[in-house]
Amino acid sequence: MKATLHRRDVVNALLADRGDLLVVAGLGSTAWDISAAGDHDLNFPLWGAMGSSVMIGLGIALAKPGSRVLVITGDGEMLMGMGSLATVGVQKPANLSVVVIDNERYGETGMQATHTASGVDLAQIAKGCGFAHPRQVTDRDGVAGLHKMVHGEAGPNFAQVKVLAEKIPLVLPPREGALLKARFRRALNGPSADAQ
Amino acid sequence: MKANTTVDWPLDLHEVLAQTEVRQVAYVPDAGHKRLIELCQADKSMRAVVCTTEEEGLGLVMGAWLGGDKSAVLMQSSGVGNIINTLGTIKECRFPLLMLVTMRGDEGEFNPWQVPMGQATQSVLEAMGVVVKRIHTAEEAGPVASAAARLAYNSYAAVAVLISQRLIGIKSFQDQADR
Repeated sequence: MKATLHRRDVVNALLADRGDLLVVAGLGSTAWDISAAGDHDLNFPLWGAMGSSVMIGLGIALAKPGSRVLVITGDGEMLMGMGSLATVGVQKPANLSVVVIDNERYGETGMQATHTASGVDLAQIAKGCGFAHPRQVTDRDGVAGLHKMVHGEAGPNFAQVKVLAEKIPLVLPPREGALLKARFRRALNGPSADAQ
Repeated sequence: MKANTTVDWPLDLHEVLAQTEVRQVAYVPDAGHKRLIELCQADKSMRAVVCTTEEEGLGLVMGAWLGGDKSAVLMQSSGVGNIINTLGTIKECRFPLLMLVTMRGDEGEFNPWQVPMGQATQSVLEAMGVVVKRIHTAEEAGPVASAAARLAYNSYAAVAVLISQRLIGIKSFQDQADR
């Protein structure tokens, strides 16, 4: 099936009326996507550590069981950390959602095909790992349901969203890691985070 | 076969984690850490998180700290080979990191395939800017780990404590299987 969704439309829809949602983005295109939706103190966009986004989301979700946590990442980044889906499946955090923006390409390195281009089904893998209701999303109706999933449904949730492989303008978040960490902690835990 | 000591060093290490107020403990199972893992699992103030690879443990540490939790990673020295690139992000973001690493490929190793990584463990960690402390005897386990935990969390440093194979006292594959 040919993808029709635009990645920025999907991410904008997920982050509309985001409230106190805590957001981790995998390095590359999804970090630019959440920044295009509006840079935010409660965003933690990765510039490295490929394969770690889901585990960072898990650490936040376990530390803050009363908050909703969203990991937005690409298919390439998710493939590099596939074991983390099994680890989340053991811990079963109800407040964590993982959304893979799947363009079937490594977007930052020359648009080479990823494993999902050959049919590797990440939603099925998440199902096997014990996620609540993993789904593959290919149309606008599905995207509308994702907002509800991320903001309210008991997880761990997982969605693989098929999007067009398109070259779009970069929208870069701040680059300094220590800054991104400190502003997230302060926004989440207040000024006392600086003294922890 | 028990190591020749009367000091219950895994209990001392658990006490350090508890006093540090560690709330999340990531681990990849290791025979040398068997008892400490069980102590952490039984401690209701800690969430023990089994990982498929040590690299996941560093991800958990970063997320825990973003959420305001202290954490620790338990692993074997071979796992140090799996975390090198992720240590770059720990350093760039200045995340505190406390790793308790049981050594293989070091004193009295019986599996030659463990030796290359075991011998490179300290250099690899130091090349990535991790402070390395070693525990050689059961008596020094508590004090060395306590100092390492304070260095990590009072100074926002990445610290690894390497626990000598002498303490673990496994002498053969059969010995390992019997534990």
